Amino acid sequence: MNLFCIGLSHHTANVATREQFVGSATAESIVREAGCTEALLLTTCNRVEVYAVSHKRISTDEIARCLMRKIDTDPHDYARPFYRYEADKCVQHLFRVASALDSMVVGESEILGQAKKAYESARKSGAAGPCLHRLFQRAFRVAKQVRTHTEIARGAVSAGSVAVDLAQRIFGKLGDCKVLVLGAGETSERTARALVSRGARDLRVSNRSMDRACELAQAVGGRTAPFEEWPTQCREIDILITSTASETPLLTRDKLAPMLRERLDRPLFIIDIAVPRDVDPSVNELEGVYLYDIDSIRSVAEQSLALRRQQVAAAEAIIAEHVTDFANSISQGLHHAARATEHPSLGENSLQASEL
Amino acid sequence: MDRYLLVVSTVCFLAALVHTAIELRAGVFRPMRFNFFAVALGFIFQTAFLSVRGHQLGRCPLTNLFEVFIFLAWSVAAIYMLVGPGYRLSLMGAFTAPLVVLLQGFALIAPIDVRHPAKLPANPWLEFHASISLVAYGVFALACIAGVMYLVQERQLKTHQLYSIFYHLPPLTDLFAAITRLLWWGFVLYTLGIVSGFFTGHPLPRVQVVAAIGVWLLYAVILQGRHLRWLAPKRVAALCIIGFSAAVTLLWGITFTAEMNPLP
Repeated sequence: MNLFCIGLSHHTANVATREQFVGSATAESIVREAGCTEALLLTTCNRVEVYAVSHKRISTDEIARCLMRKIDTDPHDYARPFYRYEADKCVQHLFRVASALDSMVVGESEILGQAKKAYESARKSGAAGPCLHRLFQRAFRVAKQVRTHTEIARGAVSAGSVAVDLAQRIFGKLGDCKVLVLGAGETSERTARALVSRGARDLRVSNRSMDRACELAQAVGGRTAPFEEWPTQCREIDILITSTASETPLLTRDKLAPMLRERLDRPLFIIDIAVPRDVDPSVNELEGVYLYDIDSIRSVAEQSLALRRQQVAAAEAIIAEHVTDFANSISQGLHHAARATEHPSLGENSLQASEL
Repeated sequence: MDRYLLVVSTVCFLAALVHTAIELRAGVFRPMRFNFFAVALGFIFQTAFLSVRGHQLGRCPLTNLFEVFIFLAWSVAAIYMLVGPGYRLSLMGAFTAPLVVLLQGFALIAPIDVRHPAKLPANPWLEFHASISLVAYGVFALACIAGVMYLVQERQLKTHQLYSIFYHLPPLTDLFAAITRLLWWGFVLYTLGIVSGFFTGHPLPRVQVVAAIGVWLLYAVILQGRHLRWLAPKRVAALCIIGFSAAVTLLWGITFTAEMNPLP
């Protein structure tokens, strides 16, 4: 029995190459065309991978041909960016993929859901059998263990999620937070949406152009506030997202300090995503004010990524343990299968046991 | 014999401390599990020690500086177990363990376990005064720990340098709410302790009374400043640390003078 994985990812191929192999094949068609006993197709924006089980060796070219969209193109042109992992290496690769160690953003959470979806689709179509079932169930377990026992998924890595993450670190639940969006640019809209998705309900949008303010307020379920009144709003709000096109800072230390006296026990979180900046950097020195500009948000994202990368070794150790254990259980399964050919009733039981 | 119980208890707290240090160094910290159980186990041995010592003395085991330190450590652990999980302050265990190790370690090493030659008669008011005051100190210790956690998180947020520990700290506003509640609890218990001191039937040393009222006033000012919003949360957190340091110094002074001039 050959267990193998053939695929291409962001590590080996650019998007122009990857897109040539997306959309035409299914797990079922691979089983049919390549002659595998079991197959599973994992397709994401960063990878196209086939996990398969076969009695005889199936070449990379054959799988590439199955995946290819343009049937008139010579598959040898495409076989080069494909990688191939067999047996233990295949198991290890899948565990790394499911645990998001092989992802473009290490520790991201989408890949596990995508792998589950791919498995479910292959299972329903009948392309995935007992061997892939065991492999993928174990992969999901490994991924969960890696996420629980390491900090691989810790911290936010995109600008929007960093802002929301920090807001939650300061305020806890965002349901009671009052948010003012100053300037209705695309980035502030994204950040406002992210805050809404985490429970923020009281959103006010202030913009020089009232039409754009209305548009954004409607989109995020907030209300508008006249642009002239934004300094007054600063007395009430908890979070300020600012991204105006102003050439000079709108909010300075001298302007903000008197307002803070009235709200000494409540922190003020300012996300300044404007370039040039809307908020004078010295505002961060005021007590209870946490100012993050685009550079500091990026720096936090980089720190999170660095923290995640530090966790790769710990995650690899967990994976290595599972690979050995899985290989042992497979060889025991093969041993049982060999005995089952001599005693068919025993084989049925072992297959049932393996599926359990 | 009872000291062995205390050694085991200290080892439990030390295990929590070492475990946290290793995990934080490796960048992996799983709150609740190990810390809470290690602190809980340490607490059980502390309770066993106090119970054995209490039976030996025939009264609340607060007869010398050694017992006072252990009782204080016991209060800190007890309050943590009541407050920590309830307020999701699981990381507080990581901060509580070093304080308890410090208190118990010092008590075990220093030659302060001096037994009174004569068995002291039981005095319910005195025992109530001493024990309630020590529980209040335990609450102030927890407020101090929460203050340290607040300042650590505040500093990281201000400087934009977020370390692994940052992701395990409770939100800033939740932490501040916990500090406020702990301060109120501690203040009420401490007031009870001071008032009950006047019913012990013994003349109270003037310096002790003035110092105790001084600490009481300090906490009253912190709470008033918090209530009237004169003090920013960061200052309240810093004052919690100062307040507890003052309270511990006073406790030392009271116990020291009591040992120098034992009650008749």
